[in-house]
Amino acid sequence: MRRVAALVAALALIGAVVWLVWPSPPPVRGQEQKIAVVDGPSDDQQVVLDTTFFPPAGGGKAPAVLLAHGFGGSKQSVRDQAVKLAGDGYAVLTWSARGFGRSSGQIALNSPDYEVKDVKQLIDWLAKRPEVALDKAGDPRVGITGGSYGGAIALMTAAHDARVDAIVPQITWYDLADSLFPDATGEGPENGVFKRMWAGFFFGRGAPTAQSITAQPKPLTEEEARCGRFLPEICSMYEEVAKTGKATTAAVELLRASSPASVPGRIKAPTLLIQGQRDSLFPLSQADANAKAVAPGTPVSVTWFDGGHDGGNGEADWVYEQTTAWLGRYLKDEGRAAPTFTVTRDGGRDPGTRQRIRLHPESSAYPGLGGTSTTQVPLTGPEQNVVNPPGGAPASISTVPGVGSLLGGGGQSQTSLSLDMPGQSAGFESAPLTAPLQLTGSPKVTLRVQAEPGTEVTLFAKLYDVADTMQPPMLPAGLVSPIRVTIPEDAQGADAAVTLPAVDHNFAAGHRLRLTVTTTDMGYATPAEPAGYKISLVTPAVSVPAVAALAAPPTGLAWWVWATPLAAIAVAAVLLALGRRRRTAGATGTGDPETPLAITGLTKAYSNGDKAVDDLSFSIEKGQVLGLLGPNGAGKTTTMRMMMGLIHPDAGEVRIFGEPVTPGAPVLSRLGSFVEGPGFLPHLSGRDNLELYWAATGRPAEDARFAEALEIAGLGKALERAVRTYSQGMRQRLAIAQAMLGLPDLLVLDEPTNGLDPPQIREMREVLKRYASDGRTVIVSSHLLAEVEQTCTHVVVMHRGRLVTTGPVSVLLAGAKSNGQGPRLEDVFLDLIGEKS
Amino acid sequence: MTAAPGYAPGRTLPLRVEIVRQFKRRRTLAMFALLLALPWVLVIAFQFGPQPSGQQPGVRMSDLATAGGLNFAAFALSVSANFLLVVAVALFCGDTVSSEANWSSLRYLLAAPVPRDRLLRQKLIVALGYSAAAVICLPLMALLAGTLAFGWDDIQVPGTGETIPALDVLPRFGIVIGYALVSQLVVAALAFLLSTVTDSPLGAVGGAVGLWIVSTILQAVEALGALREFLPTFWNTAWLDALAPEIDWGGMAKGASISITYAAILVAVAFRLFRRKDVVS
Repeated sequence: MRRVAALVAALALIGAVVWLVWPSPPPVRGQEQKIAVVDGPSDDQQVVLDTTFFPPAGGGKAPAVLLAHGFGGSKQSVRDQAVKLAGDGYAVLTWSARGFGRSSGQIALNSPDYEVKDVKQLIDWLAKRPEVALDKAGDPRVGITGGSYGGAIALMTAAHDARVDAIVPQITWYDLADSLFPDATGEGPENGVFKRMWAGFFFGRGAPTAQSITAQPKPLTEEEARCGRFLPEICSMYEEVAKTGKATTAAVELLRASSPASVPGRIKAPTLLIQGQRDSLFPLSQADANAKAVAPGTPVSVTWFDGGHDGGNGEADWVYEQTTAWLGRYLKDEGRAAPTFTVTRDGGRDPGTRQRIRLHPESSAYPGLGGTSTTQVPLTGPEQNVVNPPGGAPASISTVPGVGSLLGGGGQSQTSLSLDMPGQSAGFESAPLTAPLQLTGSPKVTLRVQAEPGTEVTLFAKLYDVADTMQPPMLPAGLVSPIRVTIPEDAQGADAAVTLPAVDHNFAAGHRLRLTVTTTDMGYATPAEPAGYKISLVTPAVSVPAVAALAAPPTGLAWWVWATPLAAIAVAAVLLALGRRRRTAGATGTGDPETPLAITGLTKAYSNGDKAVDDLSFSIEKGQVLGLLGPNGAGKTTTMRMMMGLIHPDAGEVRIFGEPVTPGAPVLSRLGSFVEGPGFLPHLSGRDNLELYWAATGRPAEDARFAEALEIAGLGKALERAVRTYSQGMRQRLAIAQAMLGLPDLLVLDEPTNGLDPPQIREMREVLKRYASDGRTVIVSSHLLAEVEQTCTHVVVMHRGRLVTTGPVSVLLAGAKSNGQGPRLEDVFLDLIGEKS
Repeated sequence: MTAAPGYAPGRTLPLRVEIVRQFKRRRTLAMFALLLALPWVLVIAFQFGPQPSGQQPGVRMSDLATAGGLNFAAFALSVSANFLLVVAVALFCGDTVSSEANWSSLRYLLAAPVPRDRLLRQKLIVALGYSAAAVICLPLMALLAGTLAFGWDDIQVPGTGETIPALDVLPRFGIVIGYALVSQLVVAALAFLLSTVTDSPLGAVGGAVGLWIVSTILQAVEALGALREFLPTFWNTAWLDALAPEIDWGGMAKGASISITYAAILVAVAFRLFRRKDVVS
């Protein structure tokens, strides 16, 4: 045991030392750098960009990554990620875009005339760095990644600069006009509904210079107060559309110029689009459009992760892994190509922690928002009247921008905030689902809207997951589809084909789908005029797309699943094989099969080194009754245990009928023993105990001689009672009877008369004498010297583990000094052990 | 003549004898009585509780317990697998050698002589048999009680509320019980090892249950990350995967692998230590 403990301690120590001295990666140091660039429509505007360059951690030449920040941020907001990327062996350049942080210039919303030109010059700068690997002179091996505003610059730069080798745009837009003025009927942003709250947030973040809250605010000029750091024409555009809630053609043109929508087919860099499932600003449909805008033949992958502008888990580590895998594949030519389409799904709970876990099923093809198959789910509901409240208030709630993240949004089963106002919504519901329904993409419905001729009707369509009457309905990802329908002058109504928000959602069996159409939504600008409409379904069904191929990645069984049990069984086999005692050790010479017991040189030490038995040697002949004498602690019991094979001697050996005693040696079957008290199963009767004991020896029942043994026990009717009810003496007698079962050739009894009354002691004495007279041998240990004197023919006297003397009782007594009354064994004994009274 | 006539090491301590020796013990009978009574107690508890509102299936296993006999059996197994069955298995395997030492009957068996390896082998087989009987009897009695109380019905899957036909699910129920058996091997082996090194039955049973609790606590520490997968308790509830519409073998394969790994090593250590042990009890 001590060796095992030492081994464990040594291993723990080695582990700790290795952990402490394991080389940690060298720290990454950023180099602050002001880079002057020239941009503007006529290339005449001087701008100084505030940048930080992180050389690759491994040294040498490495591919470069331009890491862009989101709207309202600066190069500081991506610093941690830059350090991580540099640690992974990239030369990383972060910069504050013009109009942000300490860079000069004004915000132009990733315009090709401004920001795109800036980034092209950053690529020029990278091409001159000694740390950056080049494809050819002036053309560095470079990728761009970033989220939101930073994702759009990645797309725009890739479209305008062929030197870009890979991009990973995250949660970003395809068409800024369409994002801020969405219309789910597909009529375009001119017909769109103004996403009032998000637009306010978006433009608000570019407004007055971000200052630390403790600093005294600097007085702003009139222009600064009005437009913050925006370019004046963008500022004016926003003021106009925010006032009217309508996109003018000029505004759409301006916003589109800053959008990948203006450069379809020009992005030739391999593109990984990472879009958030919880994003009401740039929903999944924006990534879908971006995927289609990339030049044909260019590798494109789409990933829907659990995050986005509305919060969610964010999966920062997983998104980073996906990003570096993509960059590694196309910048370093290492790793496998990423799956074309990946979706984060709820994976139930971790079996250990019961925390929610996420699965990432993959598909080798990106099917778009229409899925690979669609299911028509019938919806029922009559034509319903809804009103637009005067002033558009109170408004229904689907998502509140910025609140989702404050709530620490979790997985897809999170309860949603959505709230519909009475009188403003029409509902159409399916029957309870008989099987789970997986929705991946944009469901479609066709609505009929009836209103006064010539009116413009603004509506919001959403698809709820209704569990039961107790739980509130759940709006997947909190997304709605705004619709604007214009009733023709010559008609009472119009039909609208509505594309519902793209989501990945599983409707459980027993749940219902509910299509709700409302007149208001807090996040959008709605008409102030009160009005009433009638809403009905043209076809009473919603078509639900699904992606069949989207199966969880086949992980297969980890190698350890089959390896560890096999290894463990091998280790177990080795442990058992090596632990086997060598039988040859005891076979030094052969003993005399006629000698019942021969002990030579027997030694056993306690764990503290004191010797319980020290070089003990004696033997015994057939027919003898041997008394084993000695004071407490003389080693009598230890010697007897070694005779029974219970204790391994340190040296010497015990032979019974010439056979060395080892644990379980077959010759022990000729030994009957009663050592250190009885041992019975207390719940069984005395008879059951003896019978089961004999059965455990495996010997034939007729050899047991139960009748003789039971007669010695003399328990009578008590034999049928449970042993736990026995007195000490009854147990003692039963134990002696057990020792005598089968009439063994050698009987070893330890203090057999303990607890017996005088008649029983006398009887026992006779039993032992008779037993030995049949040619069998008995060894009795006792401290009742008078007993021994009357019972035994021979004695062995032990003291402190050593043999003091051995011989026939008569010889021992004859050699003793007489004190007048004839020799007594007691005097002899005390004399021998040197404790004269 | 080296041995008494009729003696053969391979015939010592027959399984039948060891089964009888253990069966008449009060703790054996009490444990089985408890396991067989528990489903009926649960049935009564559900009868007293408020009836589930509406017809909509819930998603939690406890909501589904009254949906039918199969659902009830799954529920009974889920509430008992984490602790009650662990205690039962630890009791049968941890008590087997240490109680003999405690009663002093161990030395007489060894001097009979029952060879030490054989003694351990026979005791391990019988203890595992009793443990298996305990793990099996609970869900079977729950199936009986649930069927009588709530009727024979198709099983509703927790989580999605899907329905699997009863006849399809019966073989899966076999898988569930089989996995529950395999996953308890660790407790069994641990308790058995402790049983061979201590003379106190309480120490062996309590030690095994205690280490089990420590493992359960450790697996809640998410900072350990993937290391938790190698804790013996981590895959304890993986049998739920067998009741999913599509059987997912991954978790159960890992759980069985971990369980067998630990069990093989622990049992081997038990045999090795016991061979070299000086029996002084």
